[in-house]
Amino acid sequence: MDRNRLKHQVASMRSSLFDQGYLDEPFIQLEELQDDDNPNFVQEIVTLFYTDSARLIQNIEHALNSRRIDFDKLDDYMHQFKGSSSSIGAKKVTNECTVFREYCSAENAEGCIRSFQQVKQEYAILRRKLEVYLQMVRQAAVSRTT
Amino acid sequence: MNSSIGKAYVSTASSSAGWKAGDAAAAADQFPAGLRVLVVDDDPTCLMILEKMLRTCLYDVTKCNRAETALLMLRENKNGFDIVISDVHMPDMDGFKLLEHIGLEMDLPVIMMSADDGKHVVMKGVTHGACDYLIKPVRIEALKNIWQHVVRKRKNEWKDFEQSGSVEEGDRQLKQSDDADYSSSANEGSWKSSKRRKDDGDETDERDDTSTLKKPRVVWSVELHQQFVAAVNQLGIDNAVPKKILELMNVPGLTRENVASHLQKYRLYLRRLSGVSQHQSNLNNSLMSPQGATFGPLSSLNGLDLQTLAATGQLPAQSLATLQAVGLGRPTGKSGIPMPLVDQRNIFSFENPKLRIGEGQQQHVNNNKQMNLLQGIPTTMEPKQLAGLHHTMQSMGNMNMQVASHGSQNSQNNPLLMQIVQPQARGQMINDSSLSHAPRLLSPMGQPILANGIAANVSTKNGIQENIRAPSYNPVLQTSSMSNFPMNHTSELPGNSFPLGSTSGISSLTPKVAFQEDVNSDIKGSMGFMPGYDIFNDLNQHKPQNWELQNIGMTFDVSQHSNILQGNHNDSQSVLVQQGFSSSQVNGQNRSASVISKAMFSVGDGTGHVNAQNGNQHLNTLLVDGTVRVKSETVADATPTNLYPGDDLMSALLKQQDVIAPAEHEFHFDGYSLHNIPE
Repeated sequence: MDRNRLKHQVASMRSSLFDQGYLDEPFIQLEELQDDDNPNFVQEIVTLFYTDSARLIQNIEHALNSRRIDFDKLDDYMHQFKGSSSSIGAKKVTNECTVFREYCSAENAEGCIRSFQQVKQEYAILRRKLEVYLQMVRQAAVSRTT
Repeated sequence: MNSSIGKAYVSTASSSAGWKAGDAAAAADQFPAGLRVLVVDDDPTCLMILEKMLRTCLYDVTKCNRAETALLMLRENKNGFDIVISDVHMPDMDGFKLLEHIGLEMDLPVIMMSADDGKHVVMKGVTHGACDYLIKPVRIEALKNIWQHVVRKRKNEWKDFEQSGSVEEGDRQLKQSDDADYSSSANEGSWKSSKRRKDDGDETDERDDTSTLKKPRVVWSVELHQQFVAAVNQLGIDNAVPKKILELMNVPGLTRENVASHLQKYRLYLRRLSGVSQHQSNLNNSLMSPQGATFGPLSSLNGLDLQTLAATGQLPAQSLATLQAVGLGRPTGKSGIPMPLVDQRNIFSFENPKLRIGEGQQQHVNNNKQMNLLQGIPTTMEPKQLAGLHHTMQSMGNMNMQVASHGSQNSQNNPLLMQIVQPQARGQMINDSSLSHAPRLLSPMGQPILANGIAANVSTKNGIQENIRAPSYNPVLQTSSMSNFPMNHTSELPGNSFPLGSTSGISSLTPKVAFQEDVNSDIKGSMGFMPGYDIFNDLNQHKPQNWELQNIGMTFDVSQHSNILQGNHNDSQSVLVQQGFSSSQVNGQNRSASVISKAMFSVGDGTGHVNAQNGNQHLNTLLVDGTVRVKSETVADATPTNLYPGDDLMSALLKQQDVIAPAEHEFHFDGYSLHNIPE
């Protein structure tokens, strides 16, 4: 594909990710950290985030499914999840995490379950979009060499 | 990140471990580039981002995903890092606990981070002695200036050093020029190099080296302190003037100023022991002389002990004995003394193998030395223990020393434990054999904490197992004197085993030790324990007692002191402890308690950046608050200047004293602006 076109697409998608609130300032920090020494830094971090999130999500699911919900533990997991999602600038995901934690501190199991669905949903959406975006970024980078 | 101890950490810079004097000059030129940062976070995403950010700032980064591993690394290479950044929530150890440990053992500036920006958490950071608090997600801009904490700390230490005792004209000049070059890299470099040299074991050599811009700190090792105390005892406390002490000590390279400032601290310590709360300082002779310096690296001594003692006036021999016994883990006979809640855990469980921690982990620790941590007389000693203290007291004196030696390894940290045994105390040393165990106690901390004695005692106390482990160590007042460690540590102290006891254990003891009826009450809150030394606790995996009380308190207030001592187990007491402790722990700065006031304020400031500027607050007002942990740092006051920069013990001791005494000094937080420090 034409390099310029690719670059435009990348720029446009990037803008929309920010405009629509999927991504936030920390993501820009990640992009700025990417350099020649770490040319795939953003991708590496995002991948790490996926792995870690998968683990946390699983833990939260498990905790929510137990007969006796341990809200402290839940809060702990979610705190971790919120920490890492905010570190990459996953704005919507982070916001949902905040909502979840509120339900958690109120020990509202149903509220937790509902808001967790939201968390997962936002996480899935973001992940999809990021994957598309980053792939486009890679393509644009590669296209430079041609 | 790997989790195995051996390679638990990943060093991103080749030179992170080997910082030779030669590198110092080079580093100085590029400062802050090359700043050796240890970053600890269990979140792999954040950790990687932070590492990259720090490397972008040209720092020398080592990352670690577990607190325990981080401590190990720090202990193995005490001078290998300049600053630590740690997350608050970690699975294996609470970030605040790690913070305390680091403050106590290594006296490095620590920055806390968290996604949690709640005022309470930030306040906790302040009270535990963090030099800054960053809210996640952390931006690189926030990391660019972290070097200021390193420089500030060094400057404070230097300044304290300078202020201690009489200052020669030359010193003044140096100081002034130092001020001018506050953040110059050249300064930093020379500071580092002198620091390095010192670390190499020359405790006193550099003192007279006027060619360096900064004065190297004198490291009051256990042995040195022992010599000092022996000299003071020989002269008699009233006749102990720096010149004569210096002559008696006959240590090459030691200057009269060094001795003078150390003496100042020591006097404060004694005063505190004797009940400054009553505003009496008649501790004269409290030194236990038989063994000479009973000071041991008290890093963990709880300030409380002293306070308790202070509170009750002269510590009756019995109390002391009890205290000691408590510290040692021996039942002293009075079982009535209620141990402050902390104590269950706090009591040092010397027996606790954690102490061993020192053994295993700290290779550098001198195991061979007995750690006599003794540092403070456990405040919460049970009656019987108090009795035990009696006889141990004497030995305690010694103990300190031993411990001290142990702790000396860390030249930086200044093991000095000074305290200890209350001279007046009635010399009892807790002879409990349990002390035997303690050997290494200090190791991690660099300052031998009473470890032996205390641990032993501690355990015996309320539910604590008695294992007095410390063998040869006479637990010298374990109680807090030393350790004022801020109790705020989330009481990791395992119920019985006081890790390492040493200091921590001891500290805990102190608060708890109630050496007499009076004491009891004090002990309660006082937590002499060293919260910081939870290391041991951690090892033990005990659930920490709830130190909360203690630490938070901060509120020291001289007037409160008595209150505190009296046993309200509340935060305020902890304040006392904290004082002593915090200084040692957090920044190792031994400043007077005045800091507290500062601390308090800063906390209010919010987010994480504590600035002691507003300090000088009235402690009293704050005190009762109980939430502020006094970080003892700083007190820039003329009085106690930090005799030993980095000498936590002393600071701890002093701190306690400060707490008790009216806050007259200027406080400043460690790592915080020194504005209030009188120049």
